[in-house]
Amino acid sequence: MPGAPSQRQFNPYSENGGTILAIAGQDFSVIAGDTRQSEGYSIQTRYAPKVFRLTDRAVLAVNGFAADGNMFVKNVKQRLEWYRHAHAKDMPLRAIARLIQTMLYARRFFPYYVNNILGGIEEDGTGAVYSFDPVGSYEREACRAAGAASSLVQPFLDNQIYYKNQLAATGTAHPAHLPLPSVLAIVIDSFTSATERHIEVGDGLEIFVVLARGRSLQGLEGVKGMSELTTTDDGERVFVVRRELKKD
Amino acid sequence: MTSIGTGYDLSASTYSPDGRIFQVEYANKAVENSGTAIGIKCKDGVVLAVEKLIHSKLLVPGANRRIQTVDRHIGLATAGLLADGRHISNRAREEASNHRDFYHAPPTLKALADRLGLYVQAYTLYSSVRPFGISTILAGVDKSGPSLYVVEPSGVFYGYNGAAVGKGRQLAKTELEKLKLAELSTREAVFEAARIIYLVHDDAKEKDFELEMSWIGDETKGLHVPVPKDLLDEADAKAKAALETFE
Amino acid sequence: MDHFPTSWGRPRNDAIDAYGTYPIAQRPYNGPKDAFSEGVQHTQQPIVTGTSVLAIKFKDGVMMAADNLASYGSLARFKDVQRLYPVGTHTVIGAGGDMSDFQYIQSMLDELMIDEFCAQDGHTLGPAEIHEYLAQVMYARRSKMNPLWNALLVGGVKDGKSFLAFVDLLGTTYTASTLATGYGAHIAQPLLRSAVETHEHELTEAQARQIIDDSMKVLFYRDARSINKYQVATITAAGSSISDSITLETTWDFAEGIRGYGAQTE
Repeated sequence: MPGAPSQRQFNPYSENGGTILAIAGQDFSVIAGDTRQSEGYSIQTRYAPKVFRLTDRAVLAVNGFAADGNMFVKNVKQRLEWYRHAHAKDMPLRAIARLIQTMLYARRFFPYYVNNILGGIEEDGTGAVYSFDPVGSYEREACRAAGAASSLVQPFLDNQIYYKNQLAATGTAHPAHLPLPSVLAIVIDSFTSATERHIEVGDGLEIFVVLARGRSLQGLEGVKGMSELTTTDDGERVFVVRRELKKD
Repeated sequence: MTSIGTGYDLSASTYSPDGRIFQVEYANKAVENSGTAIGIKCKDGVVLAVEKLIHSKLLVPGANRRIQTVDRHIGLATAGLLADGRHISNRAREEASNHRDFYHAPPTLKALADRLGLYVQAYTLYSSVRPFGISTILAGVDKSGPSLYVVEPSGVFYGYNGAAVGKGRQLAKTELEKLKLAELSTREAVFEAARIIYLVHDDAKEKDFELEMSWIGDETKGLHVPVPKDLLDEADAKAKAALETFE
Repeated sequence: MDHFPTSWGRPRNDAIDAYGTYPIAQRPYNGPKDAFSEGVQHTQQPIVTGTSVLAIKFKDGVMMAADNLASYGSLARFKDVQRLYPVGTHTVIGAGGDMSDFQYIQSMLDELMIDEFCAQDGHTLGPAEIHEYLAQVMYARRSKMNPLWNALLVGGVKDGKSFLAFVDLLGTTYTASTLATGYGAHIAQPLLRSAVETHEHELTEAQARQIIDDSMKVLFYRDARSINKYQVATITAAGSSISDSITLETTWDFAEGIRGYGAQTE
């Protein structure tokens, strides 16, 4: 409109790069993210965690606008603490998923500019992944990649996890669930490849593994850079594997 | 108590025929029932000391403090209703913070006493409220040096070289008058203050008390802080010893 | 104090006021706050601005630097402005961006520190707490679409741990062993990283100072909104100190040979 008064508006959002992904197994869940935080061509820091342990059976990965992400995680953690005080137990995974939807949708007209992926163990002992859009739409899936390199990683997961465009050898079928070591290998390959081809991915990798109650380590014991974060000794167990990624 | 039953003492907003406000006088009674609080202004600082009466052995030592910090350089001690003291210190903090916000400078003691006086006085005007049952000793070191004020339940405030309020104020005042305040150092004043509190404490009537002291001076870099534990213990021990030779 | 009796409320009486609607004045109201609220404007751009702030970790703590210039657009408007500010005894903050917003932040922190001091509870706020506080304030303000237009560095030492972190007008936060705001994030940060990263625990104060001085010099040569006068803050377990202003010695004779700057020879 010529002649109409115009004002430059403050933009309350930014985009801080990085990528996250999660894969559900039969009785485990793997949630991972790189640790680079960037804005434009500048690396702000090489270590800013995007994946957070919420409870012994739930891990949340948050990617997008870092300020919103950190604030969102802070609020979710507070709500989980209140739940703990009210009910003397941790909130079940599917309830956390619905809580996240409610919290995201509450900001429908000033959204948290973040993609959330929630991973963990359901009450029935199965590994689960929930993925969300910024305003709260969500579904349970077997795997999901989000963030800067999601367009690189998701097709790879479609091929490796869902066996898209792969035919099983005659007389065999694709396995319904992959074993933990195979999943870890896919996660690590995803991030080294994303680091190679995407400038906003790199520096460090944090892989969280949640194991269902009473399961063996399933090969996790030999993994280098692994440490346990579990707080109780009769429930699900949480582990983190920290790896370096290329810093260029 | 000739006022009782006349009807003139039921509200702070009613005068008696001879021009008194009985509710304010009753507030002064509340102060008189309280453990003594004293303030000493000396050559390089100010010292506050309180005889905190312990009404139960079950109380945690150090609980229910009667000396509060209002600003970096200002402290306040109250005698009277404990809760009123906490309310007034909150108000004093607000006033000090407001002054800093408005003038971009720390408040002088006089400015703060003035504001606090106005606030306390407002509670003598309405039938809907009761006057504060406390006398407040304000102590601080500002740009004009050390100073000491007392705000009474009526809202009047005076500047002092040495101040005493509460039960033992009469004896405390005569003791304070004996001191050469202008020559006293803050450190010496700590010992004098402790001695006076022990002296005025009435062993016969009140069982137990805690000595609470704070100071502001060159030694504290102009900050209002509690007297350090070792010095407090030393002053406490010396005061006890002095008491035995006094009697 | 509100002495107007109708404002005092009444004990609830189910017979006459089943839903506790009295007093009317306390009913929630969601309309405009006053006749002018439509016309209230918020900061949309910084006015008087400071440029980069640099900071690095070293063996004993944190070192931070910022020049003394506050610009009005391209005009070098104020040449003796302090952009480093001590908060308590073991924290220093440094600011780029709008200087009036920064001075507001200073008074806000002063008030916070006095409130904490008055509590006399034996706790003091260290750099981590101050950074978290600032992050919450900055994020809350951006969420009201009324930002404090700054990029801030917070550095300090508490309980034997050194701390260095960033927060800006969006509420974005991060920590690293080297940080730089504004133009310095592009020009100085690579220099700082190559000098500091992986040996922040061996660098001496003198070495750290050399790195800072070198980087400030590069910034003065390259940043058109900078000035050759700056201050350096050093924070160690012993406390914080902010230096007097240092004037950089610079040479420009090399520029004489540059066509477009020096005398034209042809």
